Amino acid sequence: MTAWLAALAAVSIALLPLPALAAALEGEAQRQPVNWVAILMFVAFVGLTLWITKAAAARTRTASDFYTAGGGISGFQNGLAMAGDYMSAASFLGISAQIFNDGYDGLIYSTGFLVGWPILLFLMAERLRNLGRFTFADVASYRFAQPPVRSFAAVSTLLVVSFYLIAQMVGAGQLIKLLFGLPYAVAVVIVGALMMLYVLFGGMRATTWVQIIKAVLLLGGASFMALMVLAHMGFSLEALFARAVEVKTQAALADGATTAEAAERGRSIMAPGNFIKDPVSAISFGLALMLGTAGLPHILMRFFTVPDAKEARKSVLWATGWIGYFYILTFIIGFGAIVLVGTESSYLDGQGALRGGGNMAAIHLAHAIGGNAFLGFISAVAFATILAVVAGLTLSAASAVSHDLYATVFKHGQASSADELRVSRLTTLALGALAVLLGLLFEKQNVAFMVSLAFALAASGNFPVLILSLLWNGCTTRGAAWGGTIGLLTAFVLTLLSPAVWTTTFNLGPAPFPYSSAAIFSVPAGFLSIWLISLLDRSPRAAVDKAGYPAQRVRAETGIGAFAASDH
Amino acid sequence: MAQGTKEGALNDGPDEQRIAAVAADPRYARLVARRARLGWLLSAVIFFAFVGYLLLVAFDKALLGMPIGQGVTSIGIPLGLGLILLAIALTGAYVAHANRHHDAQMAALLTDHGFQDRAA
Repeated sequence: MTAWLAALAAVSIALLPLPALAAALEGEAQRQPVNWVAILMFVAFVGLTLWITKAAAARTRTASDFYTAGGGISGFQNGLAMAGDYMSAASFLGISAQIFNDGYDGLIYSTGFLVGWPILLFLMAERLRNLGRFTFADVASYRFAQPPVRSFAAVSTLLVVSFYLIAQMVGAGQLIKLLFGLPYAVAVVIVGALMMLYVLFGGMRATTWVQIIKAVLLLGGASFMALMVLAHMGFSLEALFARAVEVKTQAALADGATTAEAAERGRSIMAPGNFIKDPVSAISFGLALMLGTAGLPHILMRFFTVPDAKEARKSVLWATGWIGYFYILTFIIGFGAIVLVGTESSYLDGQGALRGGGNMAAIHLAHAIGGNAFLGFISAVAFATILAVVAGLTLSAASAVSHDLYATVFKHGQASSADELRVSRLTTLALGALAVLLGLLFEKQNVAFMVSLAFALAASGNFPVLILSLLWNGCTTRGAAWGGTIGLLTAFVLTLLSPAVWTTTFNLGPAPFPYSSAAIFSVPAGFLSIWLISLLDRSPRAAVDKAGYPAQRVRAETGIGAFAASDH
Repeated sequence: MAQGTKEGALNDGPDEQRIAAVAADPRYARLVARRARLGWLLSAVIFFAFVGYLLLVAFDKALLGMPIGQGVTSIGIPLGLGLILLAIALTGAYVAHANRHHDAQMAALLTDHGFQDRAA
């Protein structure tokens, strides 16, 4: 297997600078020249993580090793890994680019992505750890009939993960085309292959360490960028904002605006713009981000890698701290880009837009601050980020298939650890291939709506099922399985009917559902249907479900009988 | 497999009796109620802080864009950054409180009912 790893690493390295492949895309304005520093940095990162994967592979024997790294991760490490799972390239490049364009609006995004974490801690974290073992379905189905609830959880996991995964793969392909000067298809294949290696051989242990390394690199790089921006401004935020307003005003003047208009446009970056148009969309968007965080399968899975509820709690504190800090840095980086990138003609094309596309603000800023070497570093970190997030997603989907569907639903809990492992590895292979295929298929699609769809699905299906099964004694098997499905479907259908999909993606004219996010309707739909179906449930199973609540509750609150940290 | 282990942990005669004793202990009820109250209270704080912020964004963009004093920095900036810091601060407060009070009380309770091996 070592030889296999080495061969694959060699192939991926050999592919990188292949001029013949690169030539296939000549003439596309967006492609950058092959970036050697970035490629070297990236190869170093991949080499290090493959070496870790090799070490982890040697210690991955049981299902517990594979799904939860043996349960021996500390709260601090897990917090970093959670932050790594959550700080995607989309949030780094996307939010800083949004601030570069519209100023303040980017901050609304950042706050929305952060506020779900405290709620996850206050209502769920400790109970999750006390009841769960490998996947969040362990918790959701704790006192219920296993097949219906596990099947719902597995389908929901696969849906949420697929949309998140497509967005990451497409983002990866486009980024690499821009950053490294490589063709899109090559980039997608490299990401798919590496992600399979981490998950197949190293399981959760390798994936966790890849996340930790990536989180440290990303936080370090972003800190350096923000620090340099502030140093340029004499460490005054006010000076930074004032200069940014001035830059935007000058740009508007150059555009032919009158003095008053230009001043107006300059000041507009200090206030919310068109990002949120009406109160319904505002609340809906907020709900999806806030509650979706507590329903993302790859995040929930991280609660089972720590030994106990106390470490689970600490994980969330560290994750919240790092993510919050990261968003504050991103805010400074976005404004820094307005000042240092927006005024430098070598970063702009003829029309005053960013060279290489809208998401390149932070990347150009890295060059403005630290030259080619730092540009290479940040590019490599951005790519590594995608790789790490994709590995985490794949692992959670593979676990849903092998642990929830195969071992529990099909084998009624009688599958051996070795069989379960075999199925998760086969699933990983299939998912890797599927991810590459979808990445190639969706190249031209708008990926923003896929991320918002993933959050809306998680908020409308997984979150209500988890909360009600944990906190309401009247919840029944039928209520959880069917109610969760209704929440999931409502979110899915309404998103298909929303402007982003109906009008922008499929060109079907005015959208039947006028709001950009479905959550304000689909989250209540999920909660209400679970409640109503449970209430009307008179089946014999319903009595068993309700009778099981007190025992579940004691265990959730005290941790008595919680699955031990380690299988051996 | 998972089911087997789970039922095993709960249905072993003596274990089940001790668990029932824990559940019947008034200290358990008090601790669980207090912890739940704190959890819901803090959740409500962050939830309404964020919803309130979004409503401001939706209804009164001009207010958020108003400069503070003579500078260009607008009211919206400390509000938005403040919300991020509030999320971190509340999380920290909860963890500190739980580490100091909840864990010790729960450990004492479990030890009294013969679960000392699992209380640590």
